Amino acid sequence: MHSDRASLGLKIAAAAGLLFLHLPILLIFVYAFTTEEKSFQWPPPGLTLKWFAVTWNRPDVWEALGLSVKVASISTVIALILGSLCAAAVSRTRFFGRETISLLVILPIALPGVVTGIALRSAFSIADIPFSTWTIVLGHATFCVVIVYNNAVARFRRTSGSLIEASMDLGANMFQTLRHVILPNIATALVVGGMLAFALSFDEVIVTTFTAGQQQTLPIWMLEELVRPRERPVTNVVAMVVVLVTMLPILGAYYLTRGTEAVAGQGK
Amino acid sequence: MSAVSFDHVSRHFGEVKAVDGVSLDIPEGEFFAMLGPSGSGKTTCLRLIAGFERPTSGRISIFGEQVADLPPYKRHVNTVFQDYALFPHLNVIDNVAYGLMIAGQGRKARHAAAEQALEMVRLGGYGTRKPSELSGGQRQRVALARALVNKPRVLLLDEPLGALDLKLREQMQEELKGLQRQLGITFVFVTHDQGEALSMADRVAVFNEGRIIQVGAPEDIYFRPEVPFVADFVGSSNVLPAPLVARLTGTESPAAIRPERVRLAGEGPLKAVVTGLSFLGLSTRVTLDVEGTRMTALLPQDAARPTVGETVALAWAEGDLHLMRGGA
Repeated sequence: MHSDRASLGLKIAAAAGLLFLHLPILLIFVYAFTTEEKSFQWPPPGLTLKWFAVTWNRPDVWEALGLSVKVASISTVIALILGSLCAAAVSRTRFFGRETISLLVILPIALPGVVTGIALRSAFSIADIPFSTWTIVLGHATFCVVIVYNNAVARFRRTSGSLIEASMDLGANMFQTLRHVILPNIATALVVGGMLAFALSFDEVIVTTFTAGQQQTLPIWMLEELVRPRERPVTNVVAMVVVLVTMLPILGAYYLTRGTEAVAGQGK
Repeated sequence: MSAVSFDHVSRHFGEVKAVDGVSLDIPEGEFFAMLGPSGSGKTTCLRLIAGFERPTSGRISIFGEQVADLPPYKRHVNTVFQDYALFPHLNVIDNVAYGLMIAGQGRKARHAAAEQALEMVRLGGYGTRKPSELSGGQRQRVALARALVNKPRVLLLDEPLGALDLKLREQMQEELKGLQRQLGITFVFVTHDQGEALSMADRVAVFNEGRIIQVGAPEDIYFRPEVPFVADFVGSSNVLPAPLVARLTGTESPAAIRPERVRLAGEGPLKAVVTGLSFLGLSTRVTLDVEGTRMTALLPQDAARPTVGETVALAWAEGDLHLMRGGA
């Protein structure tokens, strides 16, 4: 017989698992308020809000944040354009090598970041390209494109091909069809893909270390900061910000896709 | 002037000849059905008229205008799609008004016209709903209204009733026929259901393997099939092989006879063994073996019923046995 109630042992195990996953994140939040600045001491000797002010006044934090936002934004825009075009080509037409292209587009996300990073770095050095914002953007775009592509391809598959024919049958040319039928039908998929791509780019470390040179994005800045014993809680304040900035788009994406299921399923 | 005319039109997909040298003429105001099994080329013909396919060779004209190279959005025809293809992001009224919006009509005017079209298909007041909130039959009506609101000169219907249940289908058949009579628009209707084609159309074209096998009024197609394929596909006629017919009539060609025209008699030109009986309500279907050829006869309920295994004689009225050309 199937029992509706989980056994006590199972409940404890589940609780322990959840604690193991989320307690460290909670600790990071707590240490953002500690009065002890050199080592992480438990329990915190006192609580203070001064680190928020300190963080606010640190120009290196602003610089790193600025670079991260810039990189994430540009990567997302590139991903939106390339990803949706590629998805349209792969799902709307049949051509020689279509499956191969589909695989090649998805590959970067399956490839370990170290491999992508080293590959890009050696490519940059061979081509004699100096490190800049654009080298980071290029690195991030490799996996951001995949995210948008995957979302768009799934939506294209559920959007019945006869919708486009119906639009043209009713007098709309290609541009009118794109504007009035295709874009409204894939809009949520693009928003979701864009949000996820932004979040992914914003907290990326591995590929960035190979493509950034001396520049610091926010996650890289945090990594460097950990070895320095001064004003440690500043790192925790930044960590909190990063968690919020990346969590919100992901949660938003989750709610958006949940809402569209009913709409997307009505091809017939 | 004919509404649609095909002049030796072919559409090949690589080796596959989806449409192979079809010529036809559909006069204005006709209800024309394209009937055939799946893969027979009837849907490709419809798509050629709509402009979703370009012919490999041949000429297509709509009201005298050569359209082979015109894109769908420059043709005065509209299509009711098999899966309806309603825009899921628009509500019913905006779906119906889509063509008018593209044509540049103002919001108020096009909504008024769309509401009128919805009333014509008995869906007045449904404008604010989303297509996902409608039943299959209602979606079908919206698709119909969306096409008709543009006042097309030819309306193309691609198996529009295929997804509906039997009762709805019969009701929609009546309504479509009524609409066509009322509007006087040329309807081109694709179906694999011979009953639908015979009951609705003024003329039927029977397709097989990319060619038109026979065109004619429903009565011609039903009672006077020209080839065994038509006899077999349209309502399962009995097809008698040429040698048997040669013995009966002296002409060496296959012949068709409708099951309801076959009588069981004491005396007759053909002897048959009864192999099965099934009760159908209005009639009884008798399966027969005539020297190795399978035949069926439909007997009215008041006729005397044979028993399985009995040898009977078959008879029919002069003219019910219809001689055909050999081949397909």
